[in-house]
Amino acid sequence: MQKKIIYLRDTDSAQQDRINDFYTLFSNELRDANLQEPVQLVKIADIGLYEKGITVKILPENIVYSGIKNTDVKRIVEETIKGNKIIKELLYEKKSKQMRAVLKNCGYIDPESLEDYIAAGGYKALIKVLLEMKPENVVEELKKSGLRGRGGAGYPTWMKWNFARGMNSPEKYVICNGDEGDPGAYMDRSVLEGDPHSVLEGMIIAGYTIGSSKGYFYIRAEYPLAVERVQKAIDQAVSAGLLGNNILGSNFNFELEIRLGAGAFVCGEETALIASIEGKRGTPHPRPPYPSVKGLWGKPTIINNVETLANIPKLIAGGGAKFASVGTEKSKGTKVFALTGKVKNSGLVEVPMGITLREIIFDIGGGILNNRAIKAVQTGGPSGGVIPQEFLDTPVDYENLSKLGSIMGSGGMIAIDETDCLVDLAKFYLKFCVDESCGKCAPCRLGGYQLLRILEKISEGNGELEDLNKLKKISYAMQKASLCGLGQSASNPVFSTIRYFEDEYKKHIVEKKCQAGKCKALIYFKIHPQKCKKCGLCMKNCPSSAILGSREAGYVIDPQKCIKCGVCFDVCKFKAVMKE
Amino acid sequence: MEKKMINLIIDGIAVKVAEDSTIMQAADSIGIHIPRLCYHPRLSSVGACRVCVVEVDGSKNFPASCVTTVFEGMNVKTNTPAIREARRDIVELILDNHPKECQICERNNNCELQQLAATLGVEEYLYAGERKHFPIDDSSCSIVRDPDKCILCGKCVRVCAEIQGVNALSISARGYKTNVGPAYNMNMLESVCINCGQCTLVCPTAALTEKDGIKETFKNLNNPEKVCVVQIAPAVRVAVGEAFGFAPGTDKTYEMVTALRMLGFKVVFDTQFSADLTIIEEGHEFIKRLTTGGKLPMFTSCSPGWIKYLETFHPEFIENVSTCKSPQQMMGALIKTFYAKKAGLDPAKIFSVSIMPCTAKKYECARPEMNSSGFRDVDVVLTTRELAKMIKQAGIKFQELKPGQFDGPMGESTGAAPIFGVTGGVMEAALRTAYEVITKKELPSVDFKDVRGLSGIREAVIDVAGTKVNVAVVNGLANVHKLLTEIKEGKRKYHFVEVMTCPGGCIGGGGQIYPQGDLEAMDKELYSLRSEGLYDIDERKKLRKSHENPLITAIYKEFLQKPLGELSHKLLHTHYHCACPKGVPSEVRDTVNIG
Repeated sequence: MQKKIIYLRDTDSAQQDRINDFYTLFSNELRDANLQEPVQLVKIADIGLYEKGITVKILPENIVYSGIKNTDVKRIVEETIKGNKIIKELLYEKKSKQMRAVLKNCGYIDPESLEDYIAAGGYKALIKVLLEMKPENVVEELKKSGLRGRGGAGYPTWMKWNFARGMNSPEKYVICNGDEGDPGAYMDRSVLEGDPHSVLEGMIIAGYTIGSSKGYFYIRAEYPLAVERVQKAIDQAVSAGLLGNNILGSNFNFELEIRLGAGAFVCGEETALIASIEGKRGTPHPRPPYPSVKGLWGKPTIINNVETLANIPKLIAGGGAKFASVGTEKSKGTKVFALTGKVKNSGLVEVPMGITLREIIFDIGGGILNNRAIKAVQTGGPSGGVIPQEFLDTPVDYENLSKLGSIMGSGGMIAIDETDCLVDLAKFYLKFCVDESCGKCAPCRLGGYQLLRILEKISEGNGELEDLNKLKKISYAMQKASLCGLGQSASNPVFSTIRYFEDEYKKHIVEKKCQAGKCKALIYFKIHPQKCKKCGLCMKNCPSSAILGSREAGYVIDPQKCIKCGVCFDVCKFKAVMKE
Repeated sequence: MEKKMINLIIDGIAVKVAEDSTIMQAADSIGIHIPRLCYHPRLSSVGACRVCVVEVDGSKNFPASCVTTVFEGMNVKTNTPAIREARRDIVELILDNHPKECQICERNNNCELQQLAATLGVEEYLYAGERKHFPIDDSSCSIVRDPDKCILCGKCVRVCAEIQGVNALSISARGYKTNVGPAYNMNMLESVCINCGQCTLVCPTAALTEKDGIKETFKNLNNPEKVCVVQIAPAVRVAVGEAFGFAPGTDKTYEMVTALRMLGFKVVFDTQFSADLTIIEEGHEFIKRLTTGGKLPMFTSCSPGWIKYLETFHPEFIENVSTCKSPQQMMGALIKTFYAKKAGLDPAKIFSVSIMPCTAKKYECARPEMNSSGFRDVDVVLTTRELAKMIKQAGIKFQELKPGQFDGPMGESTGAAPIFGVTGGVMEAALRTAYEVITKKELPSVDFKDVRGLSGIREAVIDVAGTKVNVAVVNGLANVHKLLTEIKEGKRKYHFVEVMTCPGGCIGGGGQIYPQGDLEAMDKELYSLRSEGLYDIDERKKLRKSHENPLITAIYKEFLQKPLGELSHKLLHTHYHCACPKGVPSEVRDTVNIG
């Protein structure tokens, strides 16, 4: 008999010891069936499902049963393990709300194989474009599709391409913006690493459409594997005649080159990116002129995000109308999000536009860790904003997110629960933008720094109510008067947290309290004398000898010495250490 | 081609401007002055300071008016409460990161930031707190850099790159740590800075200023052991009055002489005398090169910024440059030799000061070879600005001064000398003399109008006794780079080229009075007025050719013997060295194109 593995996991967080019972049940059944030898039984820590009861996964068939009862164990061993039959009623049904279009190939094809990509339907769109379509037809399809830029601003892709197409210039450029820099975001990286040819194909089609014969991949140097795979893909495409002169026998010539980003977040901004490719200091330039009019080396240039370009082949192959059948009125297609934060199931998700935040967080993400209450969702990366839980049923699209004071951005999505402090969160994002400000324009360079100082002051317990007005005032000036998108949106985290959570700011300022317990200066630890069992564990673990006392007299914390590390809080088995 | 005209509305007023105009230009044309800080009409616009933001209907944000071009039907508001507040917020933020030392600052009462804060009604320091702190860089002989006062407008970076093509300054680091300075955190002395001081003219604050010479000068003026001798450069006299309310171009030569005597200078000479002398030496050198097959084209050598630029970026042309010292250094050498002997003074006791429109002259007088008198030829160089300051500090009412007289034997000059202060002037002065020396005939007209003007490169062909002499006049080092490159490529052929480091020549020197009121450095009108002032002085002179100066004839007879003679060679001529910029290995010096 073929060797099998059974993975066991209790996916309910509430009950703790059930899994050992099931382990025993399974081992007994296997022993009785004399299958101990070929079947391995493993208790694993994570099976990828949550709140689905006792779950088993049987390999190599990859059969997943969930919600199984004691009585099902015998059946599983007899029918599935022994009889190789699937028990339909136990089978875990994937009611996934995801819709994989951009990520369709990722993880399923060998990203280093051109043949794999072609076998999965790759380069069909390019053939269609070169043999059957004129550039204006491509633009027409894009227009029909309603595809909008996935890099953040959501500018209609067809308009960008059409502008560049209409420019009368012998030299034009196509740039793929792979300078993904939002903390915690790796959508572009996954596509570049998992399906590089789809982006390549998108770029070649873009080149054909706007009349360009040269494209640049701008990829951040921190993505070495992506760089390696894209280079491999380029080499393969050149050998296969998909790049170079007379592509697929047509009159169309196109070549691609990789340029590495050196780690500046602002170089994801298109004019700064262009400066960086040109070898200059990566700082943004005022627009207009837009790159589609005057871009790289002063020539018409289109810059598209990785995800946008990866959408192109499917869009062209299936037609614009089909693409437009998914999504909301103004936001079509799917969007990849990097779902993180206090969510049980974090990772990349691709969903149709129009899905609600609640569906993403609870149905796909499995809800909040430890079943705590959700407080808000942060979207759009450092330039984004927070959306409080009362708006969780909002359908996700460009307009709705922006109405709520956040942005789609490139697709960061972070679940925030009651243990997160919004002042601290705003501080984190602001710190990122202050570090990454290029320093060119005054509002962003100086405003961001002052905002950060005020937030620090508040979280250290030195805030005054007047500070809230200052925060609003600087945020407004930055938003309205900064040179580029980074500066204009750098104050968004501050703006939106004040908009929805002004009370939390006021608690920090007036009551000097941080409910979430994140702002160290505003919390202190105390040992509850009644609850304390005088075990001394806290004293043993305290790194700063701040706990005084003895097993006889009990223990107290010396606030002067306490560094608020929280170790005593964590180690106390009797919940006698209290955080206030 | 006729430009398309665009109709737009600014603050309710209908405006018609050419299609490539910016909102700022359109507003200027109807008398609306949008506040600005990083904008300069002669430099590229970067939209960095954001002080010039305006509201445009349909625009989500406030665009910067200096970089936003107009479009048909545009509706602009420059003066709404939101705009005023945004501007004030930005200036408040800038002020918060700026030393609050206005009263003791070099630019007190003459600072763009100070003025802006006043006009925008900034009334409190809202965000007072920690400021950036960098050390002051006073390594250079000419320029002091105080990064704490820098507001990162980037004008110095652009003037250095776009007008001078030197690129000594650049922006480094990012965010709050952004800083302006030479590459690789070099100091100004080690950098490729050619000391022209154009950055000090465009700097809105006191982040870039000239190196102080006032203290040293006052100290020596009060030293009974010392005899203080001073010389005044041509371009100073038509600009110094601006500091005292006179219109640009007003000739204040003799009032200045009086002021200098009141300050305590015992002897006042005119650099214009040595300008005439330069023409004799340089004219003869040119004739020699022309007639004996010497290296041509010959370049003038009186602008020290150009000399350092040549040595650093274009050493391949070193042999083309006249070996004549600049008029300042000729005068310096003669003061401690010829004059000392004549007046029976110990040259060691002479303290020699020159008043120059130039910061590079401070560097020039400190060059190690500038000691042919056996002493440092010129001890201290003061800029026009510094002289004005000294006059004010001494309580001298410049407006009420009576004219004074220069001292003989080096106080007289011809009309050829004042025009040294404007681009084209040295060429014109040289041609006046060279023509007559070669042809032995009198010039039909002394005015060489072809070489006059303020444009970057000008050319003329002069018929000298049947020989066509091709000359060129160039100012602003970016233009010089262009010209040299094209000479190398064979696209341009000349016999004689006049080079001035600064735009407009010395009238636009880096040591000149800061432009007053709404005027900016390199302003065409300002520079035209100053240059007209110099041409006026020229026209008013009876003698207009250097070789006609009787004092020149006298000094050759009495002291120097003959042009290009042995003593001239020792005192009036010099030599140049190839300079390798720090960071460039000398073995690859010739293979890399640094320029």
